[in-house]
Amino acid sequence: MDFHDTPEEAAFRAELRSWLSEHWAGRPLEGGRGDFDTMRRWGGELYDAGYVGLTWPSEFGGRGLSPTYQAIYLEEMSRANAPGHPGVIGLNMAGPTIIAWGTDEQKQRYLKPLLTGEEIWCQGFSEPGSGSDLAAGRTSAVLDGDHWVVNGQKVWSSYAHVAEFCILVVRTDPEAPKHAGLSYLIVDMHAPGVTVRPLVQITGDPEFNEIFFDDVRVPRSSILGQPGDGWKVAMTTLLHERGTLGFALSSELERMVNQLIKLVKEPGPDGRRPADDPVVRDAVASEWIEMQSLRFTNYRSLTTLLETGIPGPEGSGVKLAWSEANQRLTALAQSVFGLHAQITGDEAPLNGFWQYWQLRSRGNTIEAGTSEILRNIIAERVLGLPKGR
Amino acid sequence: MDFAFSEEQEQLRGFAREFLASRYDDARLATIADSATGVDDDVWPRLAEMGWLDAELTFLDQAVLFEETGFRPLPAPYLSTVALAAPALDAETGKRIAAGSLKATLAWAEPGRPQGLLDPVGASASGGRLTGTKVLVPDGASADLFVVVAADGLYAVDAADADVTAHATIDGTRRVADVRFDGAPARALASGEEARALLGRIRDRAYAALALEGVGVAQRALDLLVAYAKEREQFGKPIGVYQAVSHKASNVYVQLQEARSLAYWAAWCVSADDEMARQACLAAKALAGSAAVFACENAIQGHGGIGFTWEHVLHRYYKRAQWLAAFDGPARSQRAEVAAFLLD
Ligand SMILES: Cc1cc2nc3c(=O)[nH]c(=O)nc-3n(C[C@H](O)[C@H](O)[C@H](O)COP(=O)(O)OP(=O)(O)OC[C@H]3O[C@@H](n4cnc5c(N)ncnc54)[C@H](O)[C@@H]3O)c2cc1C
Repeated sequence: MDFHDTPEEAAFRAELRSWLSEHWAGRPLEGGRGDFDTMRRWGGELYDAGYVGLTWPSEFGGRGLSPTYQAIYLEEMSRANAPGHPGVIGLNMAGPTIIAWGTDEQKQRYLKPLLTGEEIWCQGFSEPGSGSDLAAGRTSAVLDGDHWVVNGQKVWSSYAHVAEFCILVVRTDPEAPKHAGLSYLIVDMHAPGVTVRPLVQITGDPEFNEIFFDDVRVPRSSILGQPGDGWKVAMTTLLHERGTLGFALSSELERMVNQLIKLVKEPGPDGRRPADDPVVRDAVASEWIEMQSLRFTNYRSLTTLLETGIPGPEGSGVKLAWSEANQRLTALAQSVFGLHAQITGDEAPLNGFWQYWQLRSRGNTIEAGTSEILRNIIAERVLGLPKGR
Repeated sequence: MDFAFSEEQEQLRGFAREFLASRYDDARLATIADSATGVDDDVWPRLAEMGWLDAELTFLDQAVLFEETGFRPLPAPYLSTVALAAPALDAETGKRIAAGSLKATLAWAEPGRPQGLLDPVGASASGGRLTGTKVLVPDGASADLFVVVAADGLYAVDAADADVTAHATIDGTRRVADVRFDGAPARALASGEEARALLGRIRDRAYAALALEGVGVAQRALDLLVAYAKEREQFGKPIGVYQAVSHKASNVYVQLQEARSLAYWAAWCVSADDEMARQACLAAKALAGSAAVFACENAIQGHGGIGFTWEHVLHRYYKRAQWLAAFDGPARSQRAEVAAFLLD
């Protein structure tokens, strides 16, 4: 057991810190509402500096480093309060799935522009009739010559309004049993017949969308795996959504805890310092402890990954615990403003930072698998309890 | 970054788990807990033989043993001797401990005043004699030697020179005692600033050790809950299919993993004398104490009536969990100190 950086890791960390102090320090942080073109350019800057795709094979534009470097990157980005690369779905979900299942041509075509931020991806899994029960999706794809013809509707699709491509789960065999009838397509979001309609979230911001597919023609070769492999390919995607995001979540929580500490040390609207209230102190300490526990759980899981090639099961609870911690933490922050927390727009306290993140946090226990589904998964797959269904 | 115990440490763990399971099945543990002293006197020489009392063990070696002695409680003053007392004792005394001829503990709390490990005390020594009254001394009735916190430093006092009154406790295997010293011959171990720093390090160690024990306790409670949820049937199905039961197990699992991560972090910080040791130990103790209690309470609920009986082993773990959580103040006391680091 040794928590110190190796000399190489320490050098990487120092280099990143100094790069950030030159390229990021001092820019304003806009609570989730940053202009997307600015974010794309920021993604490109990160890529040019060598900080995107750290763990990806070098032949696809990555650096072939161990996941430890990704962990260091995420921690340092949070500590510098710098935003991440905007290609969240591409980097965390589409990319790893293409690396695992894609043909050489697909890897050549899609991976590099995804790293640079030139091409943004979205995920079309959920449908109006099937969310948690992903395998019940009804959006269909029928082979017609050299094309799949896609019809149906997806919903809650983040980034679809700015995306170039979509990873899409479709039903290609209506006769086959539920899971076996699915396939996994890569769809051009600018293809004729694709319509994106933004949906406004409880934050007031349109960050996710409905996607309608009307006779959308998708080249036959734009499939990951074989027809019928959709469920297995989707599991690869979700493994990365829930697994490799671990450090992103604990680092994000570290950023929020640091913001919270800053907040409570300043006098509130009533002139009193929340940090002088023992109840607030107790709650802040709780969340700091929670954050450290998730950080070190990720490190434990990472150690298992480095030793065995498979992340340890302990990481399975990180998203669950993080989402609830983020909800408590942001609610605590909003509480220090009293009724001022209601005031929105330009007059909102601290530019509406906490107002946005508190409301946004309610989605954390729903997106990427609801907390109930995650508890089912831990019970069944980690603890070996009998399946409820 | 390497967050794993060494191969030797994992071997030690495997050996400890086997030894404890074969020596203390649930029925034997219950018999000892309900006995006059709550202690298995014969085990001490065995611990010495197995090297568990060696001064050469690193804290990470001991960490494995603390966790395992939580998973299967060891009814002997092991933690008191090696975590609470030994760090204050000289090499000669350390050899006697390693040989199995000395059990020791730490006496700090006094009646009618704040009883934290680092709070000021009234006991005083002069001319090599110590006078004062200590309460809540862990394993006080089985120790041969007390490390006593006095106003000006730490002293060693033989149990033969003290007046010991044991208490009955709900955790029968780790009882506490009142100990009175009335001009007892005392040997100075450390004084002034040195003593304060030493006591701080002992507290860090104790927090880490108790957190590790808590992890063992929570793991056993979870194992019992999961096994029962698979086997017990109601309404024609194993109760583990009901989410009200299975989600309890998932929640316990998640909290247990968090506690384990912090406990291992704290153990490493202690062993490496890391600058974050104080915060890590506070965090680990706060979370692991609560996680152990949470695990036991959920396991009891998931067992229904049988979990509420004296006969079932769960309440033994529950009471140990409560002991750990209460040691040196509840989790909120540790959090108050963490808050001071963060906010002041
Ligand atoms: C902010 C945000 C972003 C999202 N981004 C995307 C995206 O980019 N792409 C995409 O495809 N999807 C996205 N989603 C959708 C998300 O994956 C689904 O909302 C989620 O899987 C739940 O599905 P549902 O909304 O249909 O709810 P339902 O599945 O209908 O669930 C409703 C309630 O029932 C509970 N429930 C359902 N089944 C069970 C069960 N077996 N046991 C216990 N309880 C159960 C759920 O936990 C929930 O509380 C996003 C969602 C949010 C909130």
